[in-house]
Amino acid sequence: MNLFSIAFKSIKQRLLTSTLTSLSVALGVMMMIAVLVIFGIVDRTFNQQAIGYDLIVGPKGSDLQLVLSSVYRIAPAIETLPYDYYQQLKNDPRVEEAIPITMGDVTQQGGFPVVGTETTYFLREYAPGKKLLIRGDGFREAFDAIIGAEVARQNGWDIGSQFTLVHGGAESDCHHDEKFTVTGVLKRTGTPNDRTVFTHLNGFYAIAGHETPVEQMVKRYREFFRVIPGGEKDQELKDLIKQAKEEEAKSHGHYHGPDSTVMKDVSAIFLIMKAPPGESAATTSILFAAQVKKGFQAQAVNPIFPMQRLMTQFVGNIRQVLLALTIMIIVVSGIGIFVSIYNSMADRRREISIMRALGAQRTTVFAIILAESILLCFAGGVAGILLGHGLLFFVAPIVEAKSGLLVDPFSFEPIELVLLPALIVLASIVGIIPGLTAYRTDVAKNL
Amino acid sequence: MALELKDIQKSYREPDGTELPVLNVEHFLLGDTEQMALVGASGGGKTTLLNVISGISSPDRGSVTLDGTNVTRMPEPMRDRFRAERIGFVFQTFNLLQAFSALENVLLGMSFSGRKVSRTRAKELLEHVGLGGRLGHKPAQLSIGEQQRVAVARALANKPSLLLADEPTASIDVANQENILNLIRKSCEEEKVALLLVTHNLDIAQQFGRVEQLAEFNKVGGQS
Ligand SMILES: Nc1ncnc2c1ncn2[C@@H]1O[C@H](COP(=O)(O)OP(=O)(O)O)[C@@H](O)[C@H]1O
Ligand SMILES: [Mg+2]
Repeated sequence: MNLFSIAFKSIKQRLLTSTLTSLSVALGVMMMIAVLVIFGIVDRTFNQQAIGYDLIVGPKGSDLQLVLSSVYRIAPAIETLPYDYYQQLKNDPRVEEAIPITMGDVTQQGGFPVVGTETTYFLREYAPGKKLLIRGDGFREAFDAIIGAEVARQNGWDIGSQFTLVHGGAESDCHHDEKFTVTGVLKRTGTPNDRTVFTHLNGFYAIAGHETPVEQMVKRYREFFRVIPGGEKDQELKDLIKQAKEEEAKSHGHYHGPDSTVMKDVSAIFLIMKAPPGESAATTSILFAAQVKKGFQAQAVNPIFPMQRLMTQFVGNIRQVLLALTIMIIVVSGIGIFVSIYNSMADRRREISIMRALGAQRTTVFAIILAESILLCFAGGVAGILLGHGLLFFVAPIVEAKSGLLVDPFSFEPIELVLLPALIVLASIVGIIPGLTAYRTDVAKNL
Repeated sequence: MALELKDIQKSYREPDGTELPVLNVEHFLLGDTEQMALVGASGGGKTTLLNVISGISSPDRGSVTLDGTNVTRMPEPMRDRFRAERIGFVFQTFNLLQAFSALENVLLGMSFSGRKVSRTRAKELLEHVGLGGRLGHKPAQLSIGEQQRVAVARALANKPSLLLADEPTASIDVANQENILNLIRKSCEEEKVALLLVTHNLDIAQQFGRVEQLAEFNKVGGQS
C-alpha cells in the first residue's frame, strides 16, 4: 500500500466532509476555467492579428464602435457613407483594395447578422496569411448568400437553403419578403465570419424598405461631399430630386426611388493600402487616415488601436479582477481542506500511533496527511476543470447569443496545465500543519 | 537471543514536576522462539516496558538489543524500520484501522517494512486465523475476537522475530480468550517467533512455561 492509497482510505472514511471540501475547490477551479477560457477566446477574437485590413473607413463617431460593428458585428453600425465615397476610395491610387459592407439586417432564423458586400471580400485575407474558403458557387445573383460555418451548423442550412431577413434592432418585426438562397458555405475560421450571412451588395440594395427618401439622401450627400452650390454636382442633385418627384407622382406609390448611386450607401469600407517602394503600408495608412479625418464626414481607423485599448484598459482589467476572485475562492477552499483535515487529527491520534507502532516513520505519517490534502485538492482540480468545460458547454450558446462571441467549450488554455501543479503546491501548504501534528503524535500516549 | 535488556531505566515527569521512576531493569533475556508471560499490578510499567523494547519509547539509560542489534542507539527512522521488520504488536483493543478492511489492515502492516507486500501471504495469514471468508470486512463488521485475530495475523505478517502482546485477551469474552491465546501461541511457534505476552489473568499466565512478575526484575522505588 502506498501513501496515496492509505490517504485515500481515510478520505473515504470521511466521505461527506471530503467530498464537500473537494467540491469547493472544484467550484473555484470551475469558475477559473470559465474565466480563463472565455477571456482566452475574447483575447483571440479581438487580437489585432486577426484583422486583415489596414484601415476601416466609417462615419464619424466612436472608432471602437466602428470596429466592433464592422469587423465583429456585435455592435450596431453608426451611420452610413455614400456609395460614391466607396467608389472614390476604390479609385484612389494609394488604395490597393476597398471592400464595402452594408449592415443592419439579421436572419429571421437565428438572428445572425447580415452583411452585404462584394465578391472581393472573399478574395482578401481576413487575417494575415488566411483566406476564406467557400464551398459552393458563391455570389451569382443579387439574392445569393454565402453563410458562415456556424450559421450553417446552427440553422441547419446548406447550399440551396432559402431564408428571409428581418430588419435589425431588438424588437423590430419588420420582415423583408425577399427570399435569399445559400450558394456558398464558408469553412470555419474562428472569426465573426463564422456567424455572418453575406449577401451581395446589390441584393441588399434590392430589398424593399431599405431605401431612404430622395431628399434625405441628397441632403446627406451634400453634407458629406460639401457640394458647392451652383456647381455641376449641385445641379445634378437638384435634377435627381425633380425627376424623382415626377416619377413618384406617376407611379401611385409603387416607386422605390431613382436609380442613382446617390441613393446607395454603405456601412463601412475595409481598405488594404498600397505600400510605396521602401515603405510599409502602415505609413500610407497613417497619412491616409489623417487626410480622411480632415476632408470628409468620415473616419479611417486602424482596427488595431481601438481593440488594443479595449483589451488593455477594459477587458484585461476585468479578467485580472475575475482571476483574482477565483484565486481567492480556491485559496479559501484550500483553507476549508486545512480545517477539515486539522479537525480530524484529534480523532486520528490512535490510528497514527498504530501505524507508528507498525513501523511507520514520522515522515511517513506526515506524508500520508499531506497526500490526503493533495488528493482532495487534485480531485477538486480535475473535477473543476471538467466542470469548467461542462459549464462552458452550457453557457456557450448564451454567451454567443448575447455577445456574438463564439465560445468553444473545449477550447483549452495552456495555463490550465499550470493549474494542477499550483493546486498541489496549495495542498502541500495546507497539509503542512496537520501533517506536523501527525509527525509529532506521541505514540506511547495514544496506544 | 531474541531480546536482551541491560540497565534499562525509564521515568516519567509528572505534571507537578516530580520524577516518577517506572522502569529499572538490570538484565532481562528472552531466547529465540521463547514464549513468556509477564504479569504485574496495573500501573507497574508493563506497557512502558513493551514500548521501550519496541523502540516506541526510548529508555533514559541502558540498551535494548534485538536479534543482536542494539536498537537504542539507532536513529529513530531506522528504529521504526527495524520495528516494522522485526516486531509484531497486538494491543488490548482497537488494534485495527477502521477505514481498512481485514486484508488491508494486514497489508498495511507489511507496507512499512522494506520488504515486498505480499497479498498471498496476507490472505494465508487471515485464513490461518480463521478469517479466510472475511477478508473484505471492515473492523466495525467484525467481533472483538475477530478483530484480535486480524491483529494477530497483521503482527505476524512481516515474519518478525519477536511478538509483543499487551493484554491481548483482556477485552474478549472468557469463552474466546483461550482460543485467541492458543492462536497466538501456536502461530508464534509455527512462525518461529519469540513471544512476550502481558496479562493479569493468572489462568492464562499459568499456561506458559515461563511466567515472570515484573516487580521481581523491575527494581523501582528505592529497591535497587
Ligand atoms: N506517557 C506517560 N506520561 C506520564 N506517565 C506515564 C505515561 N505512561 C505511563 N505513565 C505512568 O507510568 C506508570 C506505568 O504505566 P504503564 O506502563 O502503562 O503500566 P501497566 O501497563 O503495567 O499498567 C503508571 O503510573 C502510569 O501512570
Ligand atoms: Mg498496560
